Amino acid sequence: MTNLKYGGDTYPLGKDQSVLDCLVEHGAPVPFSCRSGVCQTCLMRAVRGAPPEVSQQGLKDSLKLQNYFLACVCHPVEDIEAALPHEVLSSVPATVAALAPFNGEIMQVALECHESLEYRPGQFINLFRDPTLGRSYSLASVPQQDEHLHLHVRRLPEGKVSTWIHEELRTGQTVEIRGPSGDCFYVPGRPEQEIVLIGTGSGLAPLYGILRDALNRGHSGPIRLFHGSRNREGLYLSGELRDLVREYSNFDYVPCVSGEEPAPGLAGGRAHEVAFREIADFRDKRLFLCGHPEMVSAAKKRAFLAGAAMKDIYADPFNVNAAP
Amino acid sequence: MTEKKLADWWTESHASLYAKLGGEAAVNAAVDIFYRKVLADPRINRFFEGVDMEKQAAKQKAFLTMAFGGPHNYTGMDMRRGHAHLVQQGLNDSHFDAVMEHLGATMKELNVPDELIAQAAAIAESTRNDVLGR
Repeated sequence: MTNLKYGGDTYPLGKDQSVLDCLVEHGAPVPFSCRSGVCQTCLMRAVRGAPPEVSQQGLKDSLKLQNYFLACVCHPVEDIEAALPHEVLSSVPATVAALAPFNGEIMQVALECHESLEYRPGQFINLFRDPTLGRSYSLASVPQQDEHLHLHVRRLPEGKVSTWIHEELRTGQTVEIRGPSGDCFYVPGRPEQEIVLIGTGSGLAPLYGILRDALNRGHSGPIRLFHGSRNREGLYLSGELRDLVREYSNFDYVPCVSGEEPAPGLAGGRAHEVAFREIADFRDKRLFLCGHPEMVSAAKKRAFLAGAAMKDIYADPFNVNAAP
Repeated sequence: MTEKKLADWWTESHASLYAKLGGEAAVNAAVDIFYRKVLADPRINRFFEGVDMEKQAAKQKAFLTMAFGGPHNYTGMDMRRGHAHLVQQGLNDSHFDAVMEHLGATMKELNVPDELIAQAAAIAESTRNDVLGR
């Protein structure tokens, strides 16, 4: 007999009973729809125990790696503790190790976590100004390479957290963070696959992490990064990226400006437009799209219509109208 | 027939089609091709605008699973509820026909024999009145 733990309660799983059926029988409020492992409405995550492979069919690789599963087709063979996707995270204190502006708009924040945080570059954390006021920031750091967590915080007009980070936060101060979450990261495997990274503004943060993660793990296929901004000042980490171009023959960096004549070495136009101008066929390519939500959704659709498989498109839209 | 019995009947009578088509692997092979056709079709793509593509693709997969005779638990009522907002936006027979066309073309592209395409089309066709809220 296997047991299911959820929300502090333990339920014995009946013979042939799915995790979903068991939870529903006990009145646990979990969402579901098709009950046949297809619609993904009943997505849950195993925080203890491993979900059977069949309950992960059709999920993105980055979700499988994090033990996500579909409750309606999950028949565990060992005890399992399950949680809904948003219930998994716990808060951790972190101390500001360094603050360094990249340019007038974007600040790099380095955080030292008080307990070790297992994360994948490109995932995001929530940083809290006070217990009810937090915002999501992507992780640009690579755990094997960087001692601290690195965030790129863009100052938003009237941004309650970003303005506070830019103006009031100081080195040595301790903040609460929660995470990591998100499925926009590099999954090892298929090292010869071509990768296209497209980002605008501080959308470079996750891409900078994903890119270095892929290179560190020996990705051998071509990797192209298109980073866009309105003007030249908005392009940051250019020196570091050019160093990577010199170091790795399979990596190429295309900085793009959309609001001024491109200086030598820059491409003219929005990052995704430049990418689609240069790449016509997206079949069999892996894509990462981060930054402006409209760019992300437009590029996602265009890449899919140009042949990219849905499960090869990873996206992280930076929605600014976050919950209060 | 109760819903439960209906579901069992469905499973038994369609299991062979689903197996012949290649089961879930066949659905996985078909879903991107099918969804790409739907999104690229100016006759119907306005119904898909502004919808999360990931969620939409999961729904397309559910639809294909059903049409391929695979296991599903959707009822006629679910079909009505799920499409009511689209019917309000003008969803009609011509749009349903377009989707049917893409279903056939997708299977053709995957070299599915005509008789199996016809069987899948018949299953999809059986949802027409529910989808269109009639």
